[in-house]
Amino acid sequence: MRRASLIITGLMLILAFFWSTPFLWTLVASFRPDSAIGMASLVPNYKPTWANFAEALDAGDFAIYYLNTAIVAFGILAVQIVTISLAGYAFARLTFPGRELIFYVFLLQLMLVPPILIVPNLRTIVDLGLYGSLLGVMAPYFASAFGTFLMRQTFRQIPRDFEEASVIDGAHWWQTLWHVLLPMAKPGLIAFSLVSLMAHWNEFLWPLMVLNEPRTQTLTIGLATFALGSEGGKEWGVLAAGTLLVMFPLLALFAVFQRQFVNSFMFSGLKG
Amino acid sequence: MTSIATEAPPLAESRPSRHAMRIKRRRRALPYLLLAPSLLLLAGFTYWPIVRVVWDSLHDRILGQTASQFVGLGNYASLFSDQAFLKAVINNLVYAVGTVPLSMALALLFALALQRSTRANAILRALLLFPSMVPLVAAASLFFFIFLPGVGLFDYYLAKIGLRGANWLGDPDIALWSLIGITVWKNAGYYMLFYLAGLQTLPGDVLEAATIDGANAWQRLRHVIVPLLAPTTAFVLVIALINVLTQVDHVIVLTKGGPSNSTKLVLYYIFEQAHENFAAGKAAAASVLSVAFLLAMSVASLKTMERGAHAAS
Repeated sequence: MRRASLIITGLMLILAFFWSTPFLWTLVASFRPDSAIGMASLVPNYKPTWANFAEALDAGDFAIYYLNTAIVAFGILAVQIVTISLAGYAFARLTFPGRELIFYVFLLQLMLVPPILIVPNLRTIVDLGLYGSLLGVMAPYFASAFGTFLMRQTFRQIPRDFEEASVIDGAHWWQTLWHVLLPMAKPGLIAFSLVSLMAHWNEFLWPLMVLNEPRTQTLTIGLATFALGSEGGKEWGVLAAGTLLVMFPLLALFAVFQRQFVNSFMFSGLKG
Repeated sequence: MTSIATEAPPLAESRPSRHAMRIKRRRRALPYLLLAPSLLLLAGFTYWPIVRVVWDSLHDRILGQTASQFVGLGNYASLFSDQAFLKAVINNLVYAVGTVPLSMALALLFALALQRSTRANAILRALLLFPSMVPLVAAASLFFFIFLPGVGLFDYYLAKIGLRGANWLGDPDIALWSLIGITVWKNAGYYMLFYLAGLQTLPGDVLEAATIDGANAWQRLRHVIVPLLAPTTAFVLVIALINVLTQVDHVIVLTKGGPSNSTKLVLYYIFEQAHENFAAGKAAAASVLSVAFLLAMSVASLKTMERGAHAAS
């Protein structure tokens, strides 16, 4: 039994190594000083240099891309936290006519994911005068069915005693929500935040359609432009460095929140 | 006690004060007010666009005129007579068959191998999970180099073991399979998480009973574990199918649907028609078909989705 599990671990180690080679290559290539020669090698047989990173930062407007991406990802999250807390509270604690029906209206949105509606949504964004703006990228994501369900479940697990105490003290529903329920729902909020941030940090197709100027581009668009542009130049080290720059915040977030990440991903399924 | 006091029988309240009425009305409106922001947004960006895209798919703008005209199923007719669209549908089917079963099988395998929570397994899980964390665009730009003919990572190491590589993204017979490879690499670790969660819910005594009955590892997997994991499999399948239909970032970066339409997927076709060819009618018609597919799938899997939503805790 013990030997069998050792063998399995060994096999998985080999497999995980192969699975990680693209990242390994990125890491090795991004610090390689001389482009072209032995570029594909996974062996770091060189004196590491920051030159590729400097060049990548120089070539793309990474500062602006970071800023725009952060505005989009955190802007969406900020509004979502308000909408999902209110809706989650209504589903978890209040009874009202039409609750089932409205629940299904939400449920269906889990399937009708925004990418499939890019064509009509783009027209709506144009009609609203939001074409080319970051707000236009964010708007379709301000409500989240997944987030609403997550908050509903989280609120439901909180014993009612806590609220009843505050209601007896004469608190309004919003005071109860703000002072009692939300602090206790922190794990759910963190889980949702991680999934939402990741989904919108990584998004590409929708921002690509909405944004039309260099100064409003996000990181993924910048990277794609960069990758396509370097096709002729063969500056692979620079491309590797650029890719690493895009992935770095996620790496950092993953390192800090590894446990929550795994947990939140497990019950996310459908992305924020 | 308090609840009895507030829920007085109607008769006792023979003449409710105006103030009490207002409070009651406000309380009745509260749930709808709380749901209003979400419902408005869902209406604006999920339900209204569906109505709009259906309408658009039945209309077309005649050249030189500003108003669009009702054309019936004309857009659908021209969609189905477009070779590129038919190719995109077939490609999407191949892509689904190529990515979904393989990534799910790998996911189950990974989960089975790494289900015990040891330190080593935690690291291995993280390594396998990592591809699903990075943007698909970043993965694509890495594979841009990996797939490079002759000098890329793939061909470089294939040459070391005496094999000749291929034109991974430039050969119409191979390009779609290269994209399938990227997708499996990216998603298997993600689906593994669901199987890890599913495995934790398996009743230990059933597995034990099977072992005592002399079932070997394969029989246990085939006759006990896989059937018990059916709900997880259904849930992962739904997610995997949605991904097949909604993720085309790698197509945009790596192949732009080429060579000769061999990697054109349906959503990429829609994107191309709308964004580059300005063929709004065809883009709308193809969107409607995609939405219809997702709706059909959601009706079929409503139970699964609900379970997923409930499991979200």
